[in-house]
Amino acid sequence: MTPVQAIIAKELRSYFVSPVVYAVGSVFLLSVGLLAYLYVVFAGSQAIQLMQMQGSAQLNLNDLVFRNLFASTRFILLIILPILTMRLFAEERKLRTFEFLLTSPVRVNEIVVGKFMGVFLVFLGLLGLTGLMPLMLALFSDFDWYPVLTGYLGLVLLGALFLSVGVLASALTENQIVAAFVSIGLLLVLWLLAGLGSLLGDTTIGQIVSYLSFMEHYDHLVRGLVDTRDLVYFFSALILMLFLSHRVVDSTRWK
Amino acid sequence: MIEVQKITKRYGQHTALDRVSFSVAKGEVLAFLGPNGAGKTTTMRILTCFMPATEGIARVAGFDCADQPMEVKRRIGYLPETPPVYQELTVTEYLQFVGRLRGLGGKILTSSMQREIERLGLGTVQQRLIGNLSRGYRQRVGLAQALLHDPPILILDEPTVGLDPKQIIEIRELIKNLAGSHSVILSTHILPEATAVCQRVVIISGGRIVAEDTPGQLSARLRQSEKISLTLKSPAADTNSRLKAVQGVQNIFTSDASGTYLLECELGRDVREEVARLAVASGWGLLELKAISMTLEDVFLQLTRHEEGLTPDAVVASKEPAGQPV
Repeated sequence: MTPVQAIIAKELRSYFVSPVVYAVGSVFLLSVGLLAYLYVVFAGSQAIQLMQMQGSAQLNLNDLVFRNLFASTRFILLIILPILTMRLFAEERKLRTFEFLLTSPVRVNEIVVGKFMGVFLVFLGLLGLTGLMPLMLALFSDFDWYPVLTGYLGLVLLGALFLSVGVLASALTENQIVAAFVSIGLLLVLWLLAGLGSLLGDTTIGQIVSYLSFMEHYDHLVRGLVDTRDLVYFFSALILMLFLSHRVVDSTRWK
Repeated sequence: MIEVQKITKRYGQHTALDRVSFSVAKGEVLAFLGPNGAGKTTTMRILTCFMPATEGIARVAGFDCADQPMEVKRRIGYLPETPPVYQELTVTEYLQFVGRLRGLGGKILTSSMQREIERLGLGTVQQRLIGNLSRGYRQRVGLAQALLHDPPILILDEPTVGLDPKQIIEIRELIKNLAGSHSVILSTHILPEATAVCQRVVIISGGRIVAEDTPGQLSARLRQSEKISLTLKSPAADTNSRLKAVQGVQNIFTSDASGTYLLECELGRDVREEVARLAVASGWGLLELKAISMTLEDVFLQLTRHEEGLTPDAVVASKEPAGQPV
C-alpha cells in the first residue's frame, strides 16, 4: 500500500466513523430526491395540460426534468461539499496530528492528493446513489441518455472543483467552521463571476471573467456539449487549487 | 548520529533558539532539560524536519534536515508533546495507518505492530477507539507509533507526561533498553528522569544551551565549590569586597533587597567561621549563615533562572526542591 492509498483509506474510515457523512449524505440525497420528484410531477402536470389542449403530448424529460435538476444540484453541492471538506486539514491542526503527518516520510503532495481523493470518493459514492433516479425514470419513460451522462460528468467535475476549493480553505485555518465559510465564500465569488462576465458583455475582459466562472462550462456539459475547453477549465482549476493547498500546507512549516 | 551546529530559529522578532550546538552519538541517550518555553520543542521540530532552522546546520544520520528531509524522516521516530493520535481510529487501525505511511506492509507490518503492542502493554485496548482511551494509554499509543518502524533515532518530547508512577518506571526502563541500539533525544523538565535514563544532559534555557555534561559530572561540578548562604541585617557598602577577600571565597552573588549573599567557596574549605567572625566584627548584623548542599535540581534552577536575570538567592529562597512528581 502506498502512502497515498494509506491516507485515502484512513480518510474514508474517518468519514464513516463520524456522523458527518451520514448527515451530509442524507441531506444531499433527500434534497436531490425531492427536487427530482417535484420536477417529474411538474412535467406530468404539463403533459396533462398539453393533452387537454392538443390531444397529444410529446414530453421532453431531458429539458423538463434533468436540466432543471442538474441546475439545482449546483446549489446543494455549494452548501454540502464545504461541510465534507472542512475537517480535512483543520482537524489535523486542532488535534496536533498535523505535525505527525508532516514528519512522516510522506511528501506534502501525497498528503494533499490523498485527502482530496478520500473526500472525492465519498462524493462519488453519494452521487452514484442519485443514479437510481434516472434508472427508475428509464423504466417508465423515454429520454435521451447522452445529456444525462454528460450532466453527470459535469457534476463530477463541478464536485471535484468544489472539493478542491474546500481542501484549500481547510488548509488555511485550524477552525472547521471558518474553513467551511471560506470555501462557500470562494465558491460564491466564482459563481457570481458569471454574472459579472455577462454584465461586461462580449468584450475581452467580459469573456475572460465569464471563462473564470464554472457556470458556462457546467452549462455546456448539462446541455450535452462536451467541449475540450470546458474539460481544460475544470482540470486546470482543480490542479491549481490542489497546488495552492500544497503551498499553504508546506508554508505552515516556515512560520 | 545527530549533529547540530549553531542553529538559530527566529519567529519574527522573537529568537527561540540562539546558536545551539550539540551532538548525539550512536546508541546514546541525551536529555534535553529546560523550563517551559526554553526551546526544547523547537529544537525537536527542526530535527524532525517539521520546520527549518533560520540559520545553522542540523544533520541526522548524515543527512541534512534542510536538503534531504525524506531520508531524515525515514530514520526518525518522533513523539510530539501531544500524542498524535486519531480519536476515531482503534489502536490497531491507527498503528496500521502509521506503518503504511512509513512504507511497512504485509508480514513486517503485522509483526511490528504485534511487537509494539506487547512492548507497551496495549494488548487489552488494541480494539478500542483511541478517543475512548485515557491519557496514559494515548501516550503509550504515541510511543508505539514512534517505535513502530524501529528507527535508529528516537526523538521524544516529554515521553512520561500523563503516565502514572508505575508506567513512568516502565517507560524509563524501555528507553534504557533502547540505548545502545538507538540514539535517543528526550526532553523533560523532570530532573530525576534525566539522571535515571540519560548518559548526557543538555540544559537549555531562553534558547541557549547553558550546560552540557553527564549527570554525574554535572553533580561533580557542583561539588567543586561549597556554597554558603549568608543573610545580613545591615550590610555596608564594602561588604561585598571584604567578603571576597576572605580566603577561599571564589564568587559572590547578591541580592541587594534582602541582604542575602551566596558565597561560592573552594571545595573542602569551610569558611563559615571566618565569615561569621568578619560579620560580627564589622557589625553587619549577622542574621543567618548556613551551608547549602546543592542538588542537580538546584543547579538546573540556578542555570536557568540566571538567564531570566534573577540572582541565585532565588534558589536559596526556594530551597524546597521544586517538587516534581516522579
